[in-house]
Amino acid sequence: MTHDKNRLTHGAALGSTLAAIGCSVLQGLPNQAMAGELEKWDADAAVLQYAESDNRVQATEAVVGLTRNVDSETQLNLKLTVDTLSGASPNGAMPDDQPQTFTRPSGNGRYTVDANALPLDDTFRDTRTTGAVQWSAPLGRDWTYSGGISYSSEHDYESRGVNASLSRFFNQKNTTLTLASSLSTDTVSPEGGLPVGLSAAPEWNSGSFEADFDASRNGSEADKQVIDVVLGLTQIIDRRTLMQFNYSLSLSDGYMNDPYKLISVYDEPGGTVQEYRYEARPDTRQKHALFWQTKHQFESSNIIDGSYRFLFDDWGMTSHTLDLKYRWGFGNQYLEPQVRWYRQSAIDAYQPYMTSAQLAENPDALTADYRLGDFDAWTLGMRYGYRFNADTEVYTRFAAYQQNPRDFESASTPANSGDLPGMTAYMLTLGVKF
Amino acid sequence: MKMWISLMLLAVLTGCSSLGVKPWERDLLAQPDMQLISDPIEASLDDHVYFSKEGSSGGRGFGGGGCGCN
Repeated sequence: MTHDKNRLTHGAALGSTLAAIGCSVLQGLPNQAMAGELEKWDADAAVLQYAESDNRVQATEAVVGLTRNVDSETQLNLKLTVDTLSGASPNGAMPDDQPQTFTRPSGNGRYTVDANALPLDDTFRDTRTTGAVQWSAPLGRDWTYSGGISYSSEHDYESRGVNASLSRFFNQKNTTLTLASSLSTDTVSPEGGLPVGLSAAPEWNSGSFEADFDASRNGSEADKQVIDVVLGLTQIIDRRTLMQFNYSLSLSDGYMNDPYKLISVYDEPGGTVQEYRYEARPDTRQKHALFWQTKHQFESSNIIDGSYRFLFDDWGMTSHTLDLKYRWGFGNQYLEPQVRWYRQSAIDAYQPYMTSAQLAENPDALTADYRLGDFDAWTLGMRYGYRFNADTEVYTRFAAYQQNPRDFESASTPANSGDLPGMTAYMLTLGVKF
Repeated sequence: MKMWISLMLLAVLTGCSSLGVKPWERDLLAQPDMQLISDPIEASLDDHVYFSKEGSSGGRGFGGGGCGCN
């Protein structure tokens, strides 16, 4: 993500291309035919306002989805997402009893953080545009397939993706087996160049700043590939209940560091900060996830939707996610309370800080990014929807998301959860379907 | 390995064959609210938030990349 400039060119070009695809379908049709054509399209649009406490990240995300129904099972879906971000993000360093000064990632400036305050980099600003096209259709009586492409661009990150899936129905279409795969190739080009993992962050007031800054960089961009494979089983249990089980494997290879994150180096736990280093993560990651979801409609027509995900990876992380939604309908309106609980354990390379002694041992990978540490998270939300008819709906949703770090228990680098970055975020969504 | 996977699939499919509904009993399951992902836009907004703030992603669908997401 990023700092300072927004480069919208790719995104804008993509937006116009998608709009052009939509328009070219409609252009040249006589009025009556156009009305008929419009009836075959469904639109789904929403805006999310996201705000973190303490003036941290603020974001606005707008999504427009258009679906052309060729027949009841064949669809073309176009989706465009634009989001803008600003605010401050933890830079990875620990709070200290002295004020701390950091060089901005671009190397053009510095920022100072008060004593005992969580170090936040406040130069955070970006606009991201994503476009996706997906086609799905039956293949004979017992099969369906789907294929899609996606592209996303932001100031310092670009991603291109393709995906395909194949499903087979069994038992009078009560059982569906799906094999799906996606490939994404991403390029990261950080503000100020690519930091060398675990190199010293240059000190702003140092006489050798220019030389130190250059020594901490290695080129301007790097790549990452991600391959996902999902094997899914969907089963209809009875007239009111269905269930899904997924196993997914995700393989990432390439530059996985967060180029803007640092790690504090102390002489000893609770001692004096010596310097800051850029973080380094392993350059491959293999994640496995098991996912179960079930949905049931009661006699009252209310619907309960529950899911659980267990995830583990070769970085040493395990996580549990429980998600529960209950849709309570009354007339042409509904209310849907939502609750989500998430717990993750830290990856092996996570430490809230490091010691000079550890640094002397030349570790391969170390990160203080709180998102890879031990924490629990809760989301509480409420969605309200109003339906004008079967196809037209307006809805709003408000949710609060709270992350609570856990103590980092370690003989060499212990930390109290109070010194680690917790976070509260509020999300408000407004949407319309027609 | 191949044989085990085939046997497991067979067991699952045979086990599942006693579950399910007749084609004329699909009225409720055909409702948009009864789809596994009833609101793909809400799901994609959530995925983006959690992908950016947590160490896990995917499971329901693909967990790939697509953003720098600090």
